Parts: sequence; structure tokens; C-alpha cells
Amino acid sequence: MSESAVQELQTPQVSGTARPAGALDARLAQLDLPQGGFSARARADALSRLRAAGLPGPRDEYWRYTDPRPFTAASPQALPVDGGPESPLFAARDKLTLVFVDGLFDAAASDDLSLEGVEITTLAQADQAGSHWAADLYGALELAGQSPVSRPFATLNTAAARDGLLIRVTGKPAKPVHVLHRRGSEGADAVWHHVIRVESGAELTLLESGVVGARSNGVIEADLAQGAKLHHITAKRANDPKVGLSHLFARVGAEAVLKSFALVVNGTTMRHEAIVDMVGDDAVAHVAAAVLGDGNVGPFHHDDTVFITHGALRGESRQVFKKVLKNGAVGVFQGKILVKNGAQKTDGYQISQALLLDEASQFLAKPELEIYADDVKCSHGSTTGAIDEDALFYLRSRGVPHERAIVFLVLSFLADALEEVEDETLRDEINERLDAWLTDRPRG
Amino acid sequence: MTDITDLEVREGVDRETVETVQNMGSYKYGWNTEIEMDYAPKGVNEDIVRLISKKNDEPEWMTEWRLEAYRRWVTMTEPKWAMLNYPEIDYQDQYYYARPASMTEKPKSLDEVDPKLLATYEKLGIPLREQMILAGVEGAEDAPAEGRRVAVDAVFDSVSLGTTFKDELAKAGVIFCSISEAIREHPELVKRYLGSVVPQSDNYFATLNSAVFSDGSFVYIPPGVKCPMELSTYFRINAENTGQFERTLIIADKGSHVSYLEGCTAPKRDTNQLHAAVVELVILEDAEIKYSTVQNWFPGDEDGKGGIYNFVTKRADCRGDRAKVMWTQVETGSAITWKYPSCILRGNESQGEFYSIAIANNHQQADTGTKMIHLGKNTRSRIVSKGISAGHAQNTYRGLVTMHPRATNSRNYTQCDSLLIGDKCGAHTVPYIEVKNTSSRVEHEATTSKVDDDQLFYCRSRGMDEEEAVALVVNGFCREVLQALPMEFAMEAQALVAISLEGSVG
Repeated sequence: MSESAVQELQTPQVSGTARPAGALDARLAQLDLPQGGFSARARADALSRLRAAGLPGPRDEYWRYTDPRPFTAASPQALPVDGGPESPLFAARDKLTLVFVDGLFDAAASDDLSLEGVEITTLAQADQAGSHWAADLYGALELAGQSPVSRPFATLNTAAARDGLLIRVTGKPAKPVHVLHRRGSEGADAVWHHVIRVESGAELTLLESGVVGARSNGVIEADLAQGAKLHHITAKRANDPKVGLSHLFARVGAEAVLKSFALVVNGTTMRHEAIVDMVGDDAVAHVAAAVLGDGNVGPFHHDDTVFITHGALRGESRQVFKKVLKNGAVGVFQGKILVKNGAQKTDGYQISQALLLDEASQFLAKPELEIYADDVKCSHGSTTGAIDEDALFYLRSRGVPHERAIVFLVLSFLADALEEVEDETLRDEINERLDAWLTDRPRG
Repeated sequence: MTDITDLEVREGVDRETVETVQNMGSYKYGWNTEIEMDYAPKGVNEDIVRLISKKNDEPEWMTEWRLEAYRRWVTMTEPKWAMLNYPEIDYQDQYYYARPASMTEKPKSLDEVDPKLLATYEKLGIPLREQMILAGVEGAEDAPAEGRRVAVDAVFDSVSLGTTFKDELAKAGVIFCSISEAIREHPELVKRYLGSVVPQSDNYFATLNSAVFSDGSFVYIPPGVKCPMELSTYFRINAENTGQFERTLIIADKGSHVSYLEGCTAPKRDTNQLHAAVVELVILEDAEIKYSTVQNWFPGDEDGKGGIYNFVTKRADCRGDRAKVMWTQVETGSAITWKYPSCILRGNESQGEFYSIAIANNHQQADTGTKMIHLGKNTRSRIVSKGISAGHAQNTYRGLVTMHPRATNSRNYTQCDSLLIGDKCGAHTVPYIEVKNTSSRVEHEATTSKVDDDQLFYCRSRGMDEEEAVALVVNGFCREVLQALPMEFAMEAQALVAISLEGSVG
């Protein structure tokens, strides 16, 4: 066999990353790349990194369970503009609502940006100037999160995001900041990038809801100083056939607490990545999701990919992921706890569970541990199965109708994930919404 | 080894544990047998493949089969996904065939074998003489006579020296011989099954093996036969710069049963040596194979110099309904271990089990685990993996459990625990779980911890020194796997666990 023939055969085997030529260029051509002001350098750097790394192909190990093509396609499939009612989930509470239409800030629809203890500007506005406090963070945590696995869509976001929020928390604001998404056009490629800096001892609750663009790519970079607290809860519109990617890059300082919870219901083709770097001693990070997927509502593929790095003493991390799947829905979980050498007394825990309600659904999981310190307590569990027949029989024998009994069991299955929502009132509200969705009462 | 009779053995402490802790020497099997060898020229190419085939008197179809594998191998690249770090292997800087010069004319019986070779196995504690003996345990010559008999196939570098108890096995219809003999004597069986579980194109190392394998063991158990004794192969790498590529094929026909043991050692050398084996198990209806390995290749010295690179493909195919396979492995040797004994559960109600202890000390690196591929209905699998890391070692469990849509009502239970001794080592878990039907249940649990201070304190307060206490705790940690081993191996394994961890405490 000639040398050149050998070369040809080798190429697809090496990394499986052979991509259609120009896919990245086509993707970039559809985006209106901002030049940036204070973020110009970070954007230029991201663009060159992206050109070097390229977009993932279907044979990339990191994309083993999720086909990246919906995200690499030049443009998204159009979706009807959704003028439906806002989710009632956060309706009752006092909050500062900031509206984003297809990833761009809508000042007219939003509350006034002033809130005691918080300093908020928008990325587009801040980028009109050459300097900003967020300059040290914009793209920096994303860059740090590129090793050991590259996350090119986050890099794309850093280069292409036209808007977002730059939030600096210095106190304990009286109410949460609520990002409300709206879909303004049918074929929108919504790209937004938030930077959050929670100063020492400060606290913030960030809520996210609404209808995102037909295809979305959201990045949050969160930097938590000593003793800071960030509580992030997201619940986007249920039954919405969107295609989306989101990344949370967090750096958690000493004694700081990060809690992130996502509620996902039906319709979506979505990958959410949380990359958490615990750099200070006694840091706490909890990442959780409750996911309901019914393939009959629309194709459902939900991927949670979590990478938690313990780099300091006595860190506590929790990953709690619960997925209920039926009618051909696919749930994915890729989670990793990395304990660096010297990160002694780490307490890391990871649980990923799926409840498959019929034969057509799938759960694919890769829960990993990578540990280089000896005095640690790390464990993970992953289970997949059907409704427990004994429990069902018990409920039926107590007079609970079959359908209702299933709802009870599904809710109890999800309970551990909901526990990660600190606010009890909100937790109860989420539980009620889930109950409503499961019993097929009017959707919202 | 010191005489242990005059040693005071405290109640509750295994004699073996104390004995091995006492004998904190270095790698026991690191000596070399001075013997004249015939080598094929260094490197691998089509001529070498033909030469190996010719040396084994193989028929034309076998030579072609090897060449086909070789031609594919040159188009492949070495897999790099494992968490292993080793310098680039120069595949042309190895001998692919080495055989003791005295074996040029195949000896007709063990009486004709070079006494130096026989002495080698005696020194290793491997019974080549047909005698009532407890295999694997040193000093077992004095063991009570009711010990189980074990038939042994001894492979020295590239060739099989001989197989014991052949006649008695033949009476039961069992074929147990070297694979080179099987290719000549039982071509119909070999043709039918060789490469049917691990195809030539399976992976880089298996493909290389398919091209250059020199010898190995072949077992056929006819329908309904329970093999009258345990079968065992003992692999010894002796020659320098020589790769060992053995190939094992075991076929358990309908309703048969066999227990197979495998052991391996190599001399201490400064250079790394390559070992790439392939093991194929075919299990038909209602048959059962129990395959146990104690892998104790030379692990390299304390500074990570030398040691065997162990790249092994082992796979069992449960083709018939209710077929059963059980892999048990104790991996204590090798500088690099890349090994994933797998089970394809094709038959309905078939079962696969995997029990593993992987110990990595000093600069050893192990990336090992299993694959359970559930294809048939009501299939069951169980994985129990215990990884122990000490010194500067890295130990990774990598496994796959997949439930095919048609594999309804199947079950898997996985438990992988890691134990870290010292703060310079690493323990990693990389499981893949794919569930594609709802009536199956998959459970996976993993923990990572260190030797519990309370347990150590308790042992110390009972008068044990630290080494003894750690050995006891570690033996407890491995208990579930040790219990799954055949008795002789369990004892050897228990001793090995202590030996491998020497110097890792304090």
C-alpha cells in the first residue's frame, strides 16, 4: 500500500472531527459579529480560537450522545413567534424584570435598571466605551473553561454575542433580577452573554424564563468572591420546540455558594453545560435539573453536561439530575467531578437518574470521577428504570386512581432535584406546575 | 521466602498477609532464565507474518488470515483515548517471535522439554508435572493431597511448551491444547470460531495480534460436558525486547461448563516490553465459562523504569440462551494496563459478570473496566470493580453498559469503588451508561475514598503495625472480588494485593 493511501485512510480515524469545509464560515456569515468596545480584544481572541478549533463534528467524543448538527447548521429552522402568556411561575414575586427579545435588550419593555446593591449595564451599551469593570471577566472564564475539553459554541458566543447583562452585586438586593426572554422573529439566532460579579459577602438571585429565539446560545460567566452567593433558577417556556445551547461558567471563591437549578418541560433540543471551578476553600456548588420530556409534544433531546473542578480545600459539590422521559424522548447526562491534587476534604456527590415511561425513550449517561487527592469523599450514582410496580400497586390499593398514582410517583422521583431550589414558596410553585403539566391541565 | 512456621500469627490475620508483608522484597518473579533463543528479525512486516505462520506449520488459509489483519493494521492508528501516558511505541523495534532453541523440534512429551524450562516453571510454582497439587501458591508442595487438579498449558515467550492432563481431558471429549496445534489438528473449529468474537479489524492492538500471534491456548468443551478439572494457562515473557502476542479461544458448547485460569509474569528489565493478547470466549446455550486472571507482569521499578505494556482485548459472546460468563481479574502488574474484558449478552436470559481488582502502585497506570452489551431479553449483568492507587499511580475504571431496545426486562448492577493510598496518586471512573428500553433497570454506584482512619486506628490498637493494618483493610475492601475467584487464585491474589502495595504506607 502506498504511503498516500495510508494517509487517506487514517484521517477520519484520528479524532473523527472531519467537518464539512466551510461550516464554520457559513455559520459565522449568518451572524452579525460585533466589533466590541471594552470586549474587542476578548472577541478577537475568541474568533481566532474558534477558527483554530473549529466546530464539533458528529464523531467528537464530547458530542457522543448529542448530535451537534442542529447547532452547527448555518441558520436555524424558523419557529412561530410566540405571543402566548408569560409563564406564571415567577409572576407572583416582586422582581426586577429585564426583557430580551431574540437576545437583545428591550429597554422599553424592561423595568428601570436601578436596584440597590446591584449595578447593571447592558453589554451593547457598555461596549460603546473602551473600558469597563467586566473587561477582566468577559470571555476570561469561558477561556478558562476550554481546558481540558474545548467548548467551541461558548467561544462562538464570546465572539458573536451582541448583548447581555453586566451585573455587579455589592450588597443584598431586596428582589431578584429576572431575565425574561421573548421571541421577536421566526428565524432568530439569539446569542447573549451575561457577566456577573458577586462581590465579597454579596448575594443575588437570578431568574430566567420566557421564550427564547428559534435557536439560542446563551453564556453566563459568574465570578463569586469570598462569601458571595448566587442562586440561579431557569425555567423557559414549556412545550416550545426550540433548539438551544447554554453555558454557565462559574468561578467560586472561598466560602462562596453557587446554586443553579433548571426546569425543562417538553419540546426542546437542548444542551446545557455547567463548568464550575471551585478555587477557594470551603466553597459550595450545587447544579441541578428537573427535566420532563414527552416526545409526542415534539422531538425531545436534553443534554446536561457538567464539569466541576475542586481546586481548594473542603469544597462541597452536588450534581442532581432527574429526567422523566416518554414517547421517544432522549435524556443525556455527562457529569464530571475533578478533584485536583491537594484539594483535600472535598465532598463531591453526583446523581443522575432517569425514569423511562415507555419503551421508546432513552437515557444515556457518562458520570465521571477524576481524583488526584486521597482524603476526599466522592461518589456518584446513576440509575435508569421504569415506574416501580410495587409502589404503584401500593398507591392503587390505597384507592389512588392509576393516572394520579403515576403523577405522584413522578413528582416524588423529581423531588430530590427540586430540593435544590432554596426558596420554599418557589419550590412549591414549581411542584404545582409540574403536577399541572403531568396531569395535562392547561399548559403554560 | 522466609519460613512462616516460626512466625507468630495473630488471630484474625491471614497467614498470607503476614507472610507477604514480611517478605517485603521486590517483584518476586523478576529473574531471568538464561536460555538459548531463536529470534525472528526485529520489526514487523508481511515477511515476518509469513515467517510466524510458517514456524507454526500453519495452513495457507491461516497465513492469509494473518496477512489480511496485517494489511489492515498498517492503516490503523493507535488509540489514545485512555488516561494513559507513555512514550510512543516503536513497533519496529520489537521482536515478534522468540522461541527457546531447544523447541525447534517439538518435544513429544514433557520429558523431552529442556530441563531449564521446566525449572523455570517450577520456580514460578506452576505444576507442569501431572501431580496432585494446589496451583499458584508457593510452598504448596506440602499442601494436602485433596487439592484440586489443574491442567496447565505453559506458554514461554512465543511458544507453548506443553499441556498437561491431555489424555484424561480427551476421555471427557475436552480439547485443551495450544492454538497452533488446534490450527493444525482442529481446523474446522478454529475456522468457525477464530475472529468471530474479536474480529481482525476490532481495534489496533487486536488487529496487530491477529497478524502476529504466535501461540496461546485453545479449549473446546463438547455439549453437556462439565470439564473434569480446571484449565490453566501460564504465560511467561522471558526474552528481551520481545512482544508477546498470545491468542486464546475457548468454546463452551451447549450445556457445558469450564473454569479457566490465567497467570502471567515477566523478568525485571529496564526497557518496556509489549504484550497484546486477544481472548475470545464463545458460549452456547446453557453453557458457562468462568475465566479468572491473575495478571502479574513486571510492573516496572519504583521509579517507573521498565515494565510491561499490557494491551489486551478480551471478549465473551453469550450466543445461546441462558449462557453465562464470569470474568474475574486481579490486575497487579504491568506498567501500562489497557484492558476491558467484555460480555456480549446475545442469548435470552444470558448472564455476564465482571469482578475486578486493579492495583496500581509506584508509577503504574491502569485503564481497565468492562463492557456489558445487552442484546437478548431478560439478560443480567453485574460489575464489581475495586481500584486501588498508591504511590504515583493512576488507576481508571472505564466501562460501558448498554441496553439495546430489544433487551427487555434486563438488569445491570455496577459498583466501582476506588481506594487512594497517599496523596500523589489518582483514581478515576469513566462509566458509559446507555439505556434504550424502559423495562430494564440499570444501577451504577461509585465511591472514592481513602483507607479509613478509624479502621486503621482500630487495627493499630489491636497491636498490628501499620503495614499489616493497611493490608487487612485493603483485603476487606477487595473481599467481594476475592470471593469470586477460585480458591487457589484467591489465596495468590490476596498475597499479591499486599505485595503490590509494599512501601506505599508511611
